[in-house]
Amino acid sequence: MAKVTLDFEKPIIELEQKIAEMRKYADNLDIADEIATLENKVDQLRQNVYSNLTRWQRVQLARHPDRPYTLDYIPLITEDFIELHGDRRFGDDKAIVAGFCKLNKETVLIVGHQKGRDTRSNIYRNFGMPNPEGYRKALRLMQLAAKFHRPVICLLDTPGAYPGIGAEERGQGEAIARNLFEMSHLPTPIIVVIIGEGASGGALGIGVGDRILMFENAWYSVISPESCSSILWRTWEYKEQAAEALKLTAPDLLEQGVIDRIIPEPMGGAHRNPQMMAQTLKEILIEELKALKKIKTDRLVQLRVEKFSKMGAWKE
Amino acid sequence: MAWFKRSKENISPDGQKKDIPDGMWTKCSGCSDIIHKKQLEQNLFTCPKCGYHFRIGSKEYFEILLDGGKFREMDKKMQSVDPLKFKDTKPYAGRISASIKKTKLFDAVRTCEGAINGIPVVVACMDFAFIGGSMGSVVGEKIARAADVARKKKQPLIIISSTGGARMMEGALSLMQMAKMSAKLAQLSDAGVPYISVLTDPTTGGVTASYAMLGDVHVAEPAALIGFAGPRVIKQTIGKDLPKGFQRSEFLLDKGFIDLIVHRKDMKETITKLLHHLL
Ligand SMILES: [Zn+2]
Repeated sequence: MAKVTLDFEKPIIELEQKIAEMRKYADNLDIADEIATLENKVDQLRQNVYSNLTRWQRVQLARHPDRPYTLDYIPLITEDFIELHGDRRFGDDKAIVAGFCKLNKETVLIVGHQKGRDTRSNIYRNFGMPNPEGYRKALRLMQLAAKFHRPVICLLDTPGAYPGIGAEERGQGEAIARNLFEMSHLPTPIIVVIIGEGASGGALGIGVGDRILMFENAWYSVISPESCSSILWRTWEYKEQAAEALKLTAPDLLEQGVIDRIIPEPMGGAHRNPQMMAQTLKEILIEELKALKKIKTDRLVQLRVEKFSKMGAWKE
Repeated sequence: MAWFKRSKENISPDGQKKDIPDGMWTKCSGCSDIIHKKQLEQNLFTCPKCGYHFRIGSKEYFEILLDGGKFREMDKKMQSVDPLKFKDTKPYAGRISASIKKTKLFDAVRTCEGAINGIPVVVACMDFAFIGGSMGSVVGEKIARAADVARKKKQPLIIISSTGGARMMEGALSLMQMAKMSAKLAQLSDAGVPYISVLTDPTTGGVTASYAMLGDVHVAEPAALIGFAGPRVIKQTIGKDLPKGFQRSEFLLDKGFIDLIVHRKDMKETITKLLHHLL
């Protein structure tokens, strides 16, 4: 059961709790009919709420404090994970984790943003906001993976690259730019999955690949709704309108040609059933990887460049 | 994230207008001296007294860099189509048409072929006057094509940046331009064609996190603001004042992210010298 409840989840979770409560007494009391009625009701409520989510509600789901993160998925979808650290230049960024593991018995490199679960771990993980050394660690390990012909899987989930003095001193812009440049011609298959928040350059910094997949309730855009609101409306209050205007959900991005595929989440979002979510992710990754491995490396890189070259809209 | 804090049109980080002035006399934002228009022009829009660099656009920069001020512009009329039907306090479509009318430009970058001291080059120059030099699909596509031309003709590419970052009114499509342009620059690099990135005030956000920081050589004008996050965002995040000179050209030179700082008057000769070494 969710520890944290979003406003629009409330009626559903309250009903679920009521049903659970009644079940305890179901043996002694003749309330099976009542329970069945309530279950029908909660089913309908779920259908109603989750098939009509606003863009802002999806942003809230993407940020749900119970939502699974990279390090939650890795043990659920892989074996023999071994995390590797450091950029060999400055330090080890805890907001990006990376390491080799076996997916369906084959070695892959997984690189992902990592948020914390409580105050202490969030400080440790810098709230999932990488510094330049995070991007450089990611690149170092991706190049290592390419050297040994191992595919790369990137899991995106960040509120943005960290805007700090040290980050600027150490070249945040250069670090992200370098990753875009190098990932665009990295000679190994790359699958990118936006699992939660895909906030601008901080997300894209590990987001160039052959296949771009996105969880149903993730968001991905050039700016967060709050920041967009504060700039265009000059107040933080218009975040819901900003989320609508930015068209930042998975269905929006599929339409815009930014992503290739939506990964469905369990009813109510990934946090309602992490095991089921992980199973879906695993199956899709195996399927996608199998297809990519059939393509020769040169062709793969060529197709990757072509894919991004087509993005955008203009008239002449 | 918030790359756009500073992308309001024509407003510099200190909140003062600093585009090329219309009247005959101009007060220098650097030393407060009064400068005559003619003198400013002759000095390539830099202050003769303190060296302050006024913000200029593609028209002026093409004139400064290219032999005889001559060039063949590419994709001249490419325009945004407002893919998201974006609306905040105003519709984006309206912002575009108003900017086109006001600036006589079609978007925030112009690309061309020309020659620098006889060396055939491809040049892209951003115009901050057009929606804060923001980078959306049109900037992305024009720069991608310029990189293609440079690669196919084996002519060096020079990009002059002046921007508040990515254009948020095109959402994720603006973000994807960063990947597109970086991929094209990787192809250019793989083909062994030089790319010089010229950074002018300001160069921030998604442009810094893509082509501006991917040059074989990074040349900056003096005292230009260059960074990923805008100073206001950083200040808000850390809750402290920023050190003096933070994110200026001299700071980046010291930190190792640009190769050299060059006065606008020496820009053409410096680029020529560099190209002779690389070609
Ligand atoms: Zn002056």
